[in-house]
Amino acid sequence: MTKSELIANLAARFPQLVVKDAELSVKAIIDSMADNLASGERIEIRGFGSFSLNYRPPRLGRNPKTGSKVQVPEKYVPHFKAGKELRERVDLVE
Amino acid sequence: MTLTKADLADLLFEQVGLNKREAKDMVEAFFEEIRTALESGDSVKLSGFGNFELRQKSERPGRNPKTGEEIPITARRVVTFHASQKLKLKVEEAYAGDRA
Repeated sequence: MTKSELIANLAARFPQLVVKDAELSVKAIIDSMADNLASGERIEIRGFGSFSLNYRPPRLGRNPKTGSKVQVPEKYVPHFKAGKELRERVDLVE
Repeated sequence: MTLTKADLADLLFEQVGLNKREAKDMVEAFFEEIRTALESGDSVKLSGFGNFELRQKSERPGRNPKTGEEIPITARRVVTFHASQKLKLKVEEAYAGDRA
């Protein structure tokens, strides 16, 4: 499912709204989640999961083209942990 | 300060102009659509944010950390999230320099 399919599905769920409302809603939700993560805040969606940042310490890497060593600075990377309901619903394997 | 569904609903009320009821339902439906897609085995690609994918894990040996007893971790299907390049960069740039 892509973002445009998600928008179409939501628009179908809310016949009283115009498609533009679904589109703006999806954009607002995604932008807000990205902004909050970038500002170091957690996101907790009950039944879905949580997003947080994981720390990666600085390390010595290599340029794969030239083989020369490069210092890779410390950084934070986004991390997602699925919530209970999502975990249980996707794990319906026999 | 943690972002929750209530915060997102407030945002849709203020920014998109949905009424309170619609805003709450829209946020719930947003996550339900993603859960439904994943449940049916479909991955979800939200450009500018990231992709939710499914991985099949085979059974592996595990241990009860309290008792030390060995118990197998059963085969399962799990969700993984890969942040988009755009989101990764946004996070890295926000932290570059400060928090050193």
